[in-house]
Amino acid sequence: MRYLPKSPAERQEMLAAIGAKSIGQLFSGIPERFRLREALKIPGPYSEAEVIQYFKDRAAENSNGYTSFLGAGVYNHLRSVVTDAIIQRGEFLTSYTPYQAEITQGTLQAIFEFQTLMCQLTGQEVANASMYDGSTAMTETVLMAERLTDRQRVLVARSVHPEYREVLKTYAKNSGLRVEEIPYTARGTVDAKAVQAALKDDVAAVVVQSPNFFGVIESYAPLAEFAHASGAMFVVVVTEGVSLGLLRPPAEADIVAMEGQSFGLPPSYGGPFAGVIASRDKYVRQMPGRLSGQTTDSEGQRGFVLTLATREQHIRREKATSNICTNQALCALAATVHLTLLGKEGLREMAEQNLSKAQFALSELLKIPGVRRAFDEPFFNEFTIELPRSVKILNSHLLRDKIIGPLALGTAYPELTKHALVCVTETTPRAEIERFACALKHALERPV
Amino acid sequence: MNKKIKKASRHTSQNEGLIFEKSSPGKRAFELPPLDVPAADPAKALGVNHRRAGIEGFPEVSEIEVLRHFTRLSTWNYAIDLGMYPLGSCTMKYNPRVNEFVARLDGIATEHPYQPQELSQGCLKIMRLLEKCLLEITGMDAITLQPAAGAHGEMTGLMLIRAYLEKLGNPRKKVLIPDSAHGTNPATAVIAGYEVENIKSESHGQIDVDKLRDLVTGDVAALMITNPSTLGIFEQRIPEIAEILHAKGALLYMDGANMNALTGVTRPGDLGVDLMHLNLHKTFSTPHGGGGPGAGPVAMKKILEPFRPVPILVEKEGGRLALEPVRPDSIGRVKAFSGNFGVLVRALAYILAYGPGVRQATEDAVLNANYIRKHLEGVYELPYSLPSMHEVVFSDAIQKKNGVSTMDIAKRLIDYGFHPYTTAFPLIVAGAMMIEPTESESKEECDLFIDAMKSIAVEAATTPEIVKTAPHTTRVRRLDEVGAARKPVLRWKPAVPRSEAAD
Repeated sequence: MRYLPKSPAERQEMLAAIGAKSIGQLFSGIPERFRLREALKIPGPYSEAEVIQYFKDRAAENSNGYTSFLGAGVYNHLRSVVTDAIIQRGEFLTSYTPYQAEITQGTLQAIFEFQTLMCQLTGQEVANASMYDGSTAMTETVLMAERLTDRQRVLVARSVHPEYREVLKTYAKNSGLRVEEIPYTARGTVDAKAVQAALKDDVAAVVVQSPNFFGVIESYAPLAEFAHASGAMFVVVVTEGVSLGLLRPPAEADIVAMEGQSFGLPPSYGGPFAGVIASRDKYVRQMPGRLSGQTTDSEGQRGFVLTLATREQHIRREKATSNICTNQALCALAATVHLTLLGKEGLREMAEQNLSKAQFALSELLKIPGVRRAFDEPFFNEFTIELPRSVKILNSHLLRDKIIGPLALGTAYPELTKHALVCVTETTPRAEIERFACALKHALERPV
Repeated sequence: MNKKIKKASRHTSQNEGLIFEKSSPGKRAFELPPLDVPAADPAKALGVNHRRAGIEGFPEVSEIEVLRHFTRLSTWNYAIDLGMYPLGSCTMKYNPRVNEFVARLDGIATEHPYQPQELSQGCLKIMRLLEKCLLEITGMDAITLQPAAGAHGEMTGLMLIRAYLEKLGNPRKKVLIPDSAHGTNPATAVIAGYEVENIKSESHGQIDVDKLRDLVTGDVAALMITNPSTLGIFEQRIPEIAEILHAKGALLYMDGANMNALTGVTRPGDLGVDLMHLNLHKTFSTPHGGGGPGAGPVAMKKILEPFRPVPILVEKEGGRLALEPVRPDSIGRVKAFSGNFGVLVRALAYILAYGPGVRQATEDAVLNANYIRKHLEGVYELPYSLPSMHEVVFSDAIQKKNGVSTMDIAKRLIDYGFHPYTTAFPLIVAGAMMIEPTESESKEECDLFIDAMKSIAVEAATTPEIVKTAPHTTRVRRLDEVGAARKPVLRWKPAVPRSEAAD
């Protein structure tokens, strides 16, 4: 086997050195009756060429050749080939969690830079080295708020990503949290009056997303004010990080939960991505996840170490702030490289292109008779339209033109079966937007 | 340079500051294609309240500077690609490059989780085949691929246990955890809403079965066990342990972190284990990437199947695969979308390369650990003498007499060209030295490691200072961790604060 570096003679030599007659003797600790006698029934062994062919065959069964208007938490953005070149360097790819600081300064400094970039983007003071994804990051911010306030009621906007809310509810069932959902207004924003009415002195956190699941940008200030007046934490969720290239950061938030997928990570059928938690310095000791901190060595040189580990499971065991151990380090590195490549101007331009393309797409779609804009509020690169017919049926027509249509909102919001969430990014060519508008027009002209 | 050090020699290392310190306005490393639609006016489209002027402090550098910056940083890391990485319990094995290649294919990396399932059959087939392989390897009946890491798998597992017991009428209160367990086990149990009761190991480092019998009451939901234990020793009485738990209606959870000792040799499902997680980034060689991403699938017996997190991968007529979002008894979602799919791809690529021959990998891993044990026994103290599986745990008891600790020896290993073994774990061994070579090491590399360890033992006896002040050849010396924690500096700040009026 090509991955195994021993010849049969070397194996024999090593067995002899141990004083074992056969390899079976080394497994004598396992009761005889439980040892497998037959080979495992799994396919292989495959040569490298066969492995590649297997996956190429599977890739061919997916969506090649289709243009997609899906976003909803996973976005297609331009990525430089430099990012993959860096993260595939063996020194990053095949290294462990940087517990031995002297020989992991590369990873530690990169994490420190990641933390800095996340603070700059979110307007917060401290960010961790990553969580599994946006959904688990959001859940962990709520648990963090619970620890900080010693309260167990949580108000979550219904305009927060439905799958994020589902994950929160899964955790809540086991930890005694009470999750209540806040409705959205006719303009697609969180119902601030409902937030105010639901807020009592037992609320740990108010959680909103912006741009929210309908693409609508929320106004933070009044919500933060209400939350703070009741002693609750104000939590902002960001699923489309590129929006922060153009949108005012959630500086009023006490904690921010962000999905970093937009920063150089491919959609990859839903993962791996990188969740981020950013917050205020004063809350850092209740923050979950690893942190890289600057320090000096015995000769006074600058260096970095994992720090404040007394929050973590390997030190604190059952008293840890979270059970997280393995995070999404390489994804966080990809985000760091990607954002460094984009830089200040590149990120702003990318964000502006998203905004322009989305504005253009909306204007093209509104030319179609029967298509209406659902929520009349500013948006970034996603917006909701209302159609005269079921979105699911229209989407099945679009597939014939090799177009993966916008997300049907009816699955998660039964009251919105004719509503669709359209996403366009800098990667969507104008011609494809026009082709989509044209195909949708034709689909709507078909007899029901 | 010490002549005894055979694997490493001095090497120039480039200095490199923080990327923010290289920034200068107007430099750039990325250009977008020209905009092909009318440019929107952000102030008009967003309104002045929502618009930000610019991101203060964000880097402005060129492409070559980015490439050099991160390449220089990378050279400050040790990695499996450079040599043996014997971190116990971490299974640092070779990460085949073909796995990286296939995960990046068009049609794999490009797929959106919400695209129609008829256009996702390739992704779903990958998940299905991986499920089948992992079920065959573990001897279990059902599986979820959703958890993103080992600890996430543990949490999913405990939620499954709670849901199952609740369905029977009582979720129970306690989870039993041996004192040799990984720190994630107790942390997870608490997050899943359980109280933790620690069980002391008996004198051979195994679970004290008689004591366990007394501890398993009607309040106990489960025992979380690691097998082989963190001492690298197979829990020989595990079938009996399972019986004790089952007799009281409790379940046996296995932490699969050490599955590299068992794959193809024995199956937890056959041993009476009810559910377990696998660390695909350990046993199945998806890279650790400096701390992640991983994947922590949970395999289980039939009784737990109805409670699996949604969506559930199902086979429809004609072999078509689908993800079903609703199951009445499901614990719910534990993560958005379909798990760390890219990691699942890599794990399947690894399994397909070996096929049933994966047993040889297990045998070589155990061979390497025992070879190292044989040569270092007596040089270092072996606190538990039962047969070792894929890893061996020594202690620093002999060297401690000269004031040299496991951490000192670990740091000195760096000078010899190796990554340290795991220190200070498992907690039941004072001054633990936990060595897991994996199957990826040749006899030559094992011999170099043994030489290095013997040489350090001599140094500890004759010139302890050199060990206690190690490492001597790294670009930074031992770092001030106390200072880092006392006054945390967790982000870069510009030296001269600029006006933020523009914001």
